[in-house]
Parts: sequence; C-alpha cells; structure tokens
Amino acid sequence: MSAAPGFGMRQRAPHSGATLKDLRQSKTVWRLFKYIFKHYKVHVGFALLCILVSSVTSLASSLFTRTLIDDYIAPMTGDYGALAVALWKLGAILLAGIAAGYAQNLIMIGVGQGTMLGLRKNLFRGMQRLPLGYFDSHSHGDIMSVYTNDVDTLRQVIGNSVPNLFKSVVTILATFISMVVMSLPLTLVAVVMAFLMYKVTTSLGKVSKKYFTERQQNLGAVNGFIEEMVSGQRVIKVFCHEEQAMTAFGTLNEKLRRSVFNANKISNIIMPVNGNIGEFCYVLLALIGAGIALSGASAWYMCGLDGAALTLGTIVSFLTLQRNFTRPVSQISNEINSIVMASAGTDRLYALLDEKPEVDEGLVTLEKVSARKWQWRLPDGSVIPLEGLVSLEDVDFSYVPGKQVLTDITLTAYPGQKIAFVGGTGAGKTTITNLINRFYEIEDGTVSCDGIDVREIAKDSLRSSLGIVLQETRLFSGTVLENIRYGRLDATDEECIEAARSVYADSFIRRLPQGYDTVLSADGGNLSQGERQLLSIARAAVADPPVLILDEATSSIDTRTERLIQRSMDSIMKGRTTFVIAHRLSTVRNADYIMVLDHGRIIERGKHAELLALKGQYWRLCSGSEIQ
Amino acid sequence: MRQYKWAAWLTPVWTTAEVVMGVLIPYVTASLIDKGSSAGEMAEVYRYGGIMIGMALLSLLFGMLAGSFAAYSSTGLAANLRAAMYRNIQRFSFSDIDKFSTAGLVTRMTTDVSNVQNAFQMLLRTSFRAPLNMISALVMCFLINARLSIIFLLAMLVLMTFLSILIARAAKLFRQVFERYDAVNAVVQENVSAIRVVKAFVRENHEISKFDKAALSLFSLNVRVERMMALNHPVMNLIVNACIIAVSWWGAHFIVEGTLTTGQLTSLFSYIMTIMASLMMLSMIIVQLTQSAASGARIAEVITEEPDMDDPADPVTEVRDGSIDFENVSFSYGRGGDYALMDIDLHIKAGETVGVIGGTGSGKSSLGSLISRLYDASEGVVRVGGRDVREYSMKALRQQVANVLQKSTLFSGSVLENLRWGREDATEEECVEACRMAAADEFVREMPEGYQTHLEQGGTNLSGGQRQRLCIARALLKRPKVLVLDDATSAVDTATDARIREGLRKGSPGITTVIIAQRILSILHADRIVVMEGGRVIGFDTHARLLETCPVYREIYEMQSGGEGDFDEAAKGEGRL
Repeated sequence: MSAAPGFGMRQRAPHSGATLKDLRQSKTVWRLFKYIFKHYKVHVGFALLCILVSSVTSLASSLFTRTLIDDYIAPMTGDYGALAVALWKLGAILLAGIAAGYAQNLIMIGVGQGTMLGLRKNLFRGMQRLPLGYFDSHSHGDIMSVYTNDVDTLRQVIGNSVPNLFKSVVTILATFISMVVMSLPLTLVAVVMAFLMYKVTTSLGKVSKKYFTERQQNLGAVNGFIEEMVSGQRVIKVFCHEEQAMTAFGTLNEKLRRSVFNANKISNIIMPVNGNIGEFCYVLLALIGAGIALSGASAWYMCGLDGAALTLGTIVSFLTLQRNFTRPVSQISNEINSIVMASAGTDRLYALLDEKPEVDEGLVTLEKVSARKWQWRLPDGSVIPLEGLVSLEDVDFSYVPGKQVLTDITLTAYPGQKIAFVGGTGAGKTTITNLINRFYEIEDGTVSCDGIDVREIAKDSLRSSLGIVLQETRLFSGTVLENIRYGRLDATDEECIEAARSVYADSFIRRLPQGYDTVLSADGGNLSQGERQLLSIARAAVADPPVLILDEATSSIDTRTERLIQRSMDSIMKGRTTFVIAHRLSTVRNADYIMVLDHGRIIERGKHAELLALKGQYWRLCSGSEIQ
Repeated sequence: MRQYKWAAWLTPVWTTAEVVMGVLIPYVTASLIDKGSSAGEMAEVYRYGGIMIGMALLSLLFGMLAGSFAAYSSTGLAANLRAAMYRNIQRFSFSDIDKFSTAGLVTRMTTDVSNVQNAFQMLLRTSFRAPLNMISALVMCFLINARLSIIFLLAMLVLMTFLSILIARAAKLFRQVFERYDAVNAVVQENVSAIRVVKAFVRENHEISKFDKAALSLFSLNVRVERMMALNHPVMNLIVNACIIAVSWWGAHFIVEGTLTTGQLTSLFSYIMTIMASLMMLSMIIVQLTQSAASGARIAEVITEEPDMDDPADPVTEVRDGSIDFENVSFSYGRGGDYALMDIDLHIKAGETVGVIGGTGSGKSSLGSLISRLYDASEGVVRVGGRDVREYSMKALRQQVANVLQKSTLFSGSVLENLRWGREDATEEECVEACRMAAADEFVREMPEGYQTHLEQGGTNLSGGQRQRLCIARALLKRPKVLVLDDATSAVDTATDARIREGLRKGSPGITTVIIAQRILSILHADRIVVMEGGRVIGFDTHARLLETCPVYREIYEMQSGGEGDFDEAAKGEGRL
C-alpha cells in the first residue's frame, strides 16, 4: 500500500512538466480549494496571516543583518551595550517568525486532515446511495484506491504545496521590494537570473513531460502484464511457458526502466541546475557589488531607492536576500507541478462524489404493527396492510442501453405464494429479483407491491419489506452473532439464536470454537461455503420479512450440506411470498408457479405437472438432467 | 544490481564533488569580501570572482552527473528487482503461489518496487550529501574560527538529541497509522463487495457509522503524528537563530579583538544554515527509510523464497506410457495442516478413461494435481508410466501429462497464439484438429476473424463454456499421454460435453484420461469411476457395480437423476447473469 506517504519530507514526484496553465485548467483542484475555503474560512485566513508574518520576519531578519554589520559590528569600538540591544531585537523578530510558522503549520495540518476526513465521509455517504450499476461497472480496487491513495495526495497539496506557493509569492514580493530599496543594479541582476531560472525550469519541464507520459504508458503496460501473467501463473507452469514469459517480461521491463530513467533524470537535474544558477547569481552579485562599492559610484541608478550608496553590509544582506529571491522561483514551479500531479487524484475523487445517486422519490413508508404484521403508510396518512402481493406488468429492462435483458415480463405473486424462476444462466432470473427490490430502474412497465408502484415507496421501506438470500453469500468481519443481527439491528441475542435454530444453523454454530461469539475473518473465510449460506439464511430469518427472495446455492456444495440448506430454506419460506431462483428440481416441484425464462422472456409458466405435459423447454430442462 | 552498480557507486562521488564545491563557494566569497572589497583591490575581486564562477560551473556539472547517475542506478535497481522477482516466481511451485496470493505478488512487483526505487534514489542523492555537507561545513567553520565553532557543535548535539527522540516516537506511531489505513480499507472493501446485502437490508447508515469510526480514528492519529513532526521546523529554526545571535555576539567581540574578519563572519552565517539543514534532512531520510523498509522486506520475501520443488539431478525425460499409480499417498497443502488426501491407493492402466466424483472438498482436484506434480505428495509415491513423478524433469512430465485446470485462463492474444501454448510449432491444421476434438472449432469459426480473433485478457470476450473448450484444445496440442480434466466441462451444456468426450475418444485413442466432475453425466461412461469423500477413495469400479456396492455413489446418482437434479447446469458459467 502506498498510503501514508512521507511525513514532513517530500517525496517529489518526477517533474511532469506541468505549468500554471495546467493548474488553471484543473477544475477539480479549484473545487477542492472552494471546499476548503467554505469549511475553513477562519483557519485559512489565519494561516495566511501567519505566512505573511513569518515571511516578513524572515525578511526583516536578513535586513537586520545589514544593520548589524554596518552599524554595530564593523565600526565596533567596544560598546557592547548597543549590540546587545540590537541582538535582543533580532531575537524577538526571529521568535515571532518561528511562532507564526509553527502556528501556520499546525493550522494547516488541521485543515488538511480535516478536509481529508470530511471528503472521506462524504465519499462513503455518497457511495451508499449509488445504484448497483455503479459497482457492477467499476473495479473494487479502483474504488478503494480513491479512499486511500487519492485522498492522501491532498495531504501534500493542502499541507505543503498551497501554503508554500503563497509563501513563495509573498517572499518574492517582499524581497523584491527590499532589494529595490537597497540597490537598483543588483536587483536588476537578481531579476535577470531569476527569469533565467524560470526559463530553464520550464524548458526542462517540457522535455520531462514527454518522458513522463511515456513512463505512465510503460508503467501501465508492465502492471497489466504482471496482473495477467501472475493470475495465469498456474497455466504457465502447466504448459512450461516460463522461458517465454520471462522474455516477454524482460522486454517490457527494460522499456519501463528506460523511460523512468529519462523522466527521473530530468527531474533530478532540475534541482542542481536551479541551485547553481542561484550560485552564479550569488557570485555575480558579489562581483558587481564589490565593483560598485569600490568605485564609490553614487549616481541614483547605482544606489537603492533609499539613495544610499552601496556598503559592505548592504552587499552581505543583499547576498542573503538574493537566496530568498531565487529559491521561491524554483519552488513555485515545483509546487505547481505537485498540485497538477495531485489533480489526477482529485479528478477521480470528484468523479466518485459526482456520481448520480439512486432515484428515491417514494413517499410511502413501511410500519411494523406487530410480529409478522406490517402496513404501508401512504403520504395522505391512510394505511394499507402489507399482504405480500407482488406484481410485474410488461416490464422491460436493460443494464446497458440497447442490450435488452428482460422483455415483457408480466407476473403476479399472491400473498404466501411461492414463485420459482427456472432457466439457464443469463436467462434473466436474478435480474427479475433485482427489479422487485428496485436495485435497478426498469425501462418500461410497472412493478408493484400490494398495488403500490414500487417507485412510490421509499426505497428503505421497500427493501425492508423484502428479505433476500444471495447465492454468493457475503458476511462481514465480526462475530457470528453480529452477522446474524445484521438482519435486524435491534434483535436480542435470544432472537438471533432462535432464528439460527429455526433455519438449522444452530448446530454448526455451536461446534465453532467460540460458538456464537466466534469472530469471522473478512467475508467469513474460515467457514465453508455451505456454512456461510446457512448464516445468511439465518440473517434473513431474523429480519422476518413478509416477502422473500432466495437465490439457491448451486452444486458446488456436497450433497449433505445441500440437503441441510434445502431444509433450512424450506423452513424460512413458510407463510411468506417467496421468489426462488431454483437450481434444483425438488424446490420447483411444489412451487405455486414456475416461470421458465429464456433470453429475458417468460416462455413457459405453470405448475410442474402442467409444464411437463407441455413437453417444451421445461420438459427438456428436466430430462436434460435425467439419465436414460 | 550488476550493470548498474558502477553508477550507484559513482553517484556519491559526484555528490561529494558537488558538495565540496558548494561548501567552498562561501569560503571564497569571504576572501572576495575581505581581500577584494574591503581592501579595495579590484584585481582581487576579479580573481576570486573568476574562481567562484569556475567552481559554480563545476558544481553544476557534478550536480547534473549525480542526478543522472542516481536516476540510472535506482531505475536499474527497480528493473532488476522486478526481473529477479519475476524470475523466481517462474520457479514457484503451486504451493508457493498459494502462499503469496496473486494480488500480493502484483503489489510487490509494482507498488513495493517503486517505493524501494524512490528510497534508493533518495539514499544515493541525499544520504551522502547531508552528512558530507554537514561535516565539510563544520570543518570550514573550524578553519575560520575554532572557538566560535564550539557553539555549532553544541547546537548540533541538542538538535540531534531532539531529532532522534522525535524519530523514535514517530516510528512507533507510523506503524499504527498503517494499521488504521488497513481498517479504513477493510470497511470500504467489505462494503463494496457486499453492497447488495447492504442495500437489501437497508444498512447504509449502519455502514456509514462503521466507516466514520474508522475514518475518525485514522484522522486523529494522523493529526497527532503530523503535529509531532511539525515540531521539527520551529525547533530547528530556534536553534539556528540562537546560533546566529550567539555568533553575532561573540563574533563582534572577536572582530574587535582582531581574530575574525567581517567576511568570515558572513561565511559562518551561511555555514550554520547548511549544517542545520543537513541534520534535518538526515533525520527525514531515516524516517523515510524506515517506511520503505517494509516494502524492501516484502520484496526480499519473494526473491529469497526457495521453491519447494525442483528437478532431480538426473531427470528422466520420457514418460513410457499413461499408467498412473498412487501408492499409499497422503497429501496436505500446508505443512502439518489437515490432510486433503489420505491413504490413496489407485492403479490406473494406460489408455483407460477414469472418472472422479465426490462433493466439494472431497479431494478430487488434489488427486488430479498430484499426477502432473503440481504439488508433491506428503507421503507415499505417485507413479506415471511406472516411475515416481519426482524422477522426471518437470518440463517433460507436464508436457506429457496435460492438466486442464478448473479455472480456465486464457491470455490476451489471438486464438491461435493461445492454442500454441500447447505446442509452439503446431501448424494451423493441427490447432484446428485439436479444436475439433474439443468441440471448439465451430464457435471459433463463427467469430469475426476466426482463429485470428483477438482474445481479451482472461478471454473475457468468450463465454465460460467457450473458454473451457479452448483450454482443452490447448492441452490436447501437447499430444499428452495422460490428460487430466479438472471440472473442465462444468460450463458447457450436456450435449456439447458428450461431443467432447466423443471427440477425445476418437481423436486420441490410447491416451489415459482422468475426468474430474461434479456432474455425474460427465463420468458415467468412463471405464471406471473413483468415488471420493473426505479425502479418501471410497469406491473405484464401473458405474454398474458402484451402484450396487457404493452407497455414496448411489446417493449422488439418485439425487442428480431422480428428480433432484440441477436445472441450469447446462449453462452454468456462461455469463454473469
């Protein structure tokens, strides 16, 4: 994990050659700034003030060196009293600067981390409201990396880059003013050198940009290769393809090395180049300064704005000032680069934040009257008892526009009935159940519950009325009991255990090392698939929903566990409207209605015997698994 | 390292040269001010000015050299690390791959390597520069004025003590920070992968409060660590400034005494900055290195992992025939773990077709993988063609014992390229022939570019059943003596399954075939059937006789045929929905 990047020390990203123009164009960075400004107005204001104070004090202290040398040290006659006073003054100024710098740092840490916390919270809240389609179409790894890597890049931007940028600008301005006051000719030299530095940095940046893009591409290629080949490593072994894999990897690896080298080389060179232009400037100023001071020139253009001729002390202070002037120039370019680099992260972050949430405009809500008795409360205050009558009328649906998955689905489940869906994978069985609890929005037709269009029911209420057991069981890290309680958060321990008992999960749970208090690792890895399925049935049982959707387990469970699960499912179905995605004949046979699906259409419907008599698809499905 | 070693060694040399130049420049400046400006000698000013410009030029040159060399050697190191890891992964046995997990290996080869690369580059460039800067600046100070320099030494000691306390405390916190990142990650990961459950049970708010808790605890620790590290700057500045004031005070005295010049005093000021900044940098390097040390350790694990399987000294390369014998074989995946197979004693004749059936976890796949020595038996001997599988070279064995794995993996590239994994020099006709046997020819021809059609990574543009058929064809191209099909037709419908069996029977007579399956229909027609339960063989006979003698077999048979059969087996795995 690349989270928690260096604290304090900056691990510089290679120079991507980003410029002010790129920064201006990065909309999400500006949105981030707006967000910060909105939530931390006072903090930011105070931090800026602190930066101002610390820049000014550092300037003042370099200027003070001049006074110190010219007025106290050089003409020193032995009067240490005045010197002591001067040094106390200097000390006070410096201390103020240090305090301001520290205060600014502390404030920005709060702002930075606070913003990160706020954004993370917003991200998660927003994500909970996203439609399922989002999760289908985005890799989980990518989603997770937004929370850690992308949010983390903000730490640098808020904590360092932005304050430094501001500080650099203030420093350049303040230094410029004092340089002009001290000496016009020397200022001219310093400005020319700073400009040169800026030019060199941007032109190196341009070269770097090309290599940087190349680096990104090659990095992608190598990562892709590793991902594919390491996942397929077992096949490589079985086919003794090790040599070929190595050769292919070698080529990609060398290409990556070359481009990373080129990109890093340029960004490594930028620093010494700037540093040495600074040195040149220093030398040049010392030379020219000495020249002017020696010649005793006192024409106005040879002096500063203060009109005083160049003194030794002035040269010394000027030399210090010059460093303050040139350093920020290269720093500005670096910080802009950092911010632009981070903008890729903010782009992804805001993309997730901007995702459209699920539509939820329903006003009908669900109320529990007593055990197993529920009612719908309409917006006008009237109530309709929840019976469990579910119907679909002429429903069309597609996940991706243009690729219709369900066509003309019409069916009604009367209270207490058991409806089985049968058909090959891809026929649309799971999709129908996904529409009943409105995981996805239908294109055409209506889905209704007790005569109320599901779109008029508040989503939370609708889903609370439906229990669901998925074939792919998902458990959470926590104890067994906590996992069962996930079905109803206010269920007592006894209720949870009772639910487990009712679905025959109790016996295996008691055999676990700590029984109901056994801690499950992430996604219940320490349980077998059958046991996980039993737990998820218990979870649905404790919720005690009026309507149930069951996705039966397939054959990857041994016959005994399968029977246990079957028994468990049968017990939970009693007295509820149930939709079952059936994989086993035994489930189907006693269903009130069997819907045979094929390519998103109901092609046959009826009871077991009726359908067999048809000698159609259902008959073929049955006989397909029979042995002649 | 090898070819990049010289660059790595030269980097500090250039850095040293650059630092020496950088340190000397203020020294010369002092001379320029004292001998030139103060003395009023323009000639001296030019002389020292010239020297300084020359030195700055040299310093630039060395700086650039150091930068490029550091980039060269650190990227070289990264490339070599990746290559070394990849090379060793190629030697990994199946159990080694299990141990590291695919995701773990990928992170090590990408994120961890770039962490180490950055750390190494920084190490080369700054870890020499910082102490060098510090020492040479200190030396210069002593040259200028030994008495004043004592102040620096004292200041340095104070700063060093402070920094080491700070680092020690921070390092402890860093580890905790990583744990809290993991906690945040875990909540997001669980939430995203279980989003259907979350939504179905309307537990969004419950999840939000879980997340907020994790995020808040990360936040508070991060703030703590950062606040602690933020002390660095003010403390250093305090010390630096105290030095400046002290030096000004004593310096003034010395100037009056005549033991110090004004120029020297200015040089001292700039050396103070250099010394303290170097110390600071040094402390940061240490922090950074402790952080990337974790990555280094993870990489080392992969590189130094000794594959637990190797070719024998004098390997046999020819498998005589397709007979398979298990003699008292027991097998467990982990050392000392539960046994996946126990006391297996099986003798399969060359050319026989054998079915293997049993519930999940009964040991079917483990049995199959021992034949081509994907794992080594913990006890007992597995023989192929009459010889212990450990006597063969692995390459030869796996070439002649083809194993079609449960998970059908294809690679990006054309269909033909994928097939030729089986045999590199197979002609197109041979590939087509293999496809015909595996009932794959038809659908391949229907694809837009037939055998030249490009497959996406993992073959995602094919259905599960199509992938499985190509995998079988790929294995057939090896012209193996033994073919192990590990649930390799689970996603094809019953009719196609039958056609594949038929194709195998006709297309490659004499080949020993082991068919591992969930579906009884796939193995019904085998010469003999192995029934497994709980890692043991509980029946090995023909279908007819097993029905009489083996109750478990009868139960499976009745469940799948007598009205409790599976419905959508036919199309299982053909798509997501």
